Amino acid sequence: MSNTFLVAVDGSKGSIRAAEFATERALASKSELILAYVIEWSPYSFHTPDELAERHKRREEEIERAQSTVLEPIAKSVKAKGVKVEVVVHHGHPTETLVDLAKERGATQIFIGRKGESRVASLLFGSVAGSLVQTSPVPVTVVP
Amino acid sequence: MKRILAATAVLLLTTAAAHAAGIDETINTATAPIAAWVGKVVFFKIPIFGAELPLVVLWLVAGAIFFTFYLKFINIRGFKLAIELVRGDYANPKDAGEVSHFQALATAVSGTVGIGNIGGVAVAVTVGGPGATFWLIMAGFLGMSTKLVECTLGVKYRNENPDGSVSGGPMYYLRKGFAERGMEGFGKFMGTFYAIGIFIGALGIGNMFQSNQAYVQLNHVAGGGLDGLGWLVGLIMAGIVFMVIVGGIKSIARVTEKIVPFMAIFYCFFALIVIFLNASVLPEAIGNIFTGALTGEGVAGGALGALIIGFQRAVFSNEAGIGSASIAHSAVRTKEPVTEGIVSLLEPFIDTIVICTITALVIGTSAVADPNFAGTAKGIAMTSAAFERQFSWFPIPLAFAGVLFAFSTMISWSYYGLKGWTYMFGESMRGQTIYKLIFCAFVALGCVVQLGPILDISDALVFLICVPNILGLYILAPIVKRELESYLARIDSGEIKKYKDA
Repeated sequence: MSNTFLVAVDGSKGSIRAAEFATERALASKSELILAYVIEWSPYSFHTPDELAERHKRREEEIERAQSTVLEPIAKSVKAKGVKVEVVVHHGHPTETLVDLAKERGATQIFIGRKGESRVASLLFGSVAGSLVQTSPVPVTVVP
Repeated sequence: MKRILAATAVLLLTTAAAHAAGIDETINTATAPIAAWVGKVVFFKIPIFGAELPLVVLWLVAGAIFFTFYLKFINIRGFKLAIELVRGDYANPKDAGEVSHFQALATAVSGTVGIGNIGGVAVAVTVGGPGATFWLIMAGFLGMSTKLVECTLGVKYRNENPDGSVSGGPMYYLRKGFAERGMEGFGKFMGTFYAIGIFIGALGIGNMFQSNQAYVQLNHVAGGGLDGLGWLVGLIMAGIVFMVIVGGIKSIARVTEKIVPFMAIFYCFFALIVIFLNASVLPEAIGNIFTGALTGEGVAGGALGALIIGFQRAVFSNEAGIGSASIAHSAVRTKEPVTEGIVSLLEPFIDTIVICTITALVIGTSAVADPNFAGTAKGIAMTSAAFERQFSWFPIPLAFAGVLFAFSTMISWSYYGLKGWTYMFGESMRGQTIYKLIFCAFVALGCVVQLGPILDISDALVFLICVPNILGLYILAPIVKRELESYLARIDSGEIKKYKDA
């Protein structure tokens, strides 16, 4: 049975490196990849009535944009190397959503790029890679 | 964009000029007879036992009582479920990114929590005595059922526009609901009637009244330093509203929408401290509420007078039966419209049973401790004085909160009015921009001119639209009941499960 690797992708250079690294591992171990793009979103945020009315439309646009500008180009190059790949776009809290996805799809490993933020920046904004390492149910590979 | 800016500038300058030329007086004298007539018709009062009962309040209360019994006290039965739904226990993770129940509730609440919660309660207590508080809470409790019905229908009968956005509210369920029952012409008439009412209401109590009160608040804190500068305050406020609703600068709206809940919590927190500091007289204040409710001592019309005032203020505050919140709730994409209704139960609860009651207790305990605490102050100034007894600096943040409440209410109502407008004139962008410009002009106008009669007309119309709205609710209630019972049964049988613990 082949393994499934989950790769967190947000279009940044670090995430592209993570995808490339995961592709190599997948080739070596005959595994499949799931490229996941998480759009940060909280069900407890506040909006104007106008925004609520347009929310569905915006959501579709966000998903479409993530797919066409980020996921598909990466998936194409992964496929070119002969690895089976699937793309997923999800709204939610980045770390929680990645953990849920890994559980749901039975991923055996998560790959994530790192931004190399300073200590102040990661203290202020948090680091997805950092909290993923702490909460993931499967091994996490952080790609520099 | 430049053309729009120019147009607004012209509008706003006209406003200022209008004031200078005393055009407001001309408008006032011209509209006063109409206002008096509309007010007389809408707030037609029937005298009973020395009290005067406006028919429209009776109509609203009768509806609320009917729906409470018809849905077998869903306001109690559904309460726990409402909280679970807001928490997202039943939210399908696949729908992440769509409007959540919490978001719809928060938006609707910030549209209703406003100056009425701070000042309106003081008016109720002044006129109706402490007993009015009891009836205010009762009206909030009954109003929960009305809200459930109107918000469920709002989602069920909304329009999905080709571009993926949604338009909903009473005008849509009145039209489609009556059409389903073979009364197409009548439904169309009712829908349009409602749309006109909500449009004019949005310009009055949802706009001019709010900007006017915000100006009064600011001027009060500035110690009268803004006297005669209403035009400037009005222009600034209109400018900010313009940036949000026309310029699409969502960040301003987002900031207020974020501060408003915080201010509401801040307000409740300090109110509880004041009540705590007045704890020695709390039992007496609570006692007064109950005895006042039953005896109506010193109130015109006795207990019945207190009841009428309490009910009237509650409706003013939580808008149950007016149908406005139904417009905001329609945005939620759910397979079960009734879940949105259940969530909306919390609206009158937060607005009336929690916030209004707390205000009433602050005033009530202060009045027992020192009957002359407010002097001659009325309305919001009376509430302010009650806080001032304990915290001398409180009027400043209170004024700030008042301005923010007014602003978020304006943003919400601008949308309600817009939906009335697009219902009548279609969804074209140009039409929407025209409406938004009119709305901004009225924001500025509200600070400058004392258009009492126009406000009275708008006030009356907002109450008038509850007539078709509740009529529609009666006729469509069986649908709501069926969906509600089916949903509750599926929860009981375990067919609908929570996602969270799964």
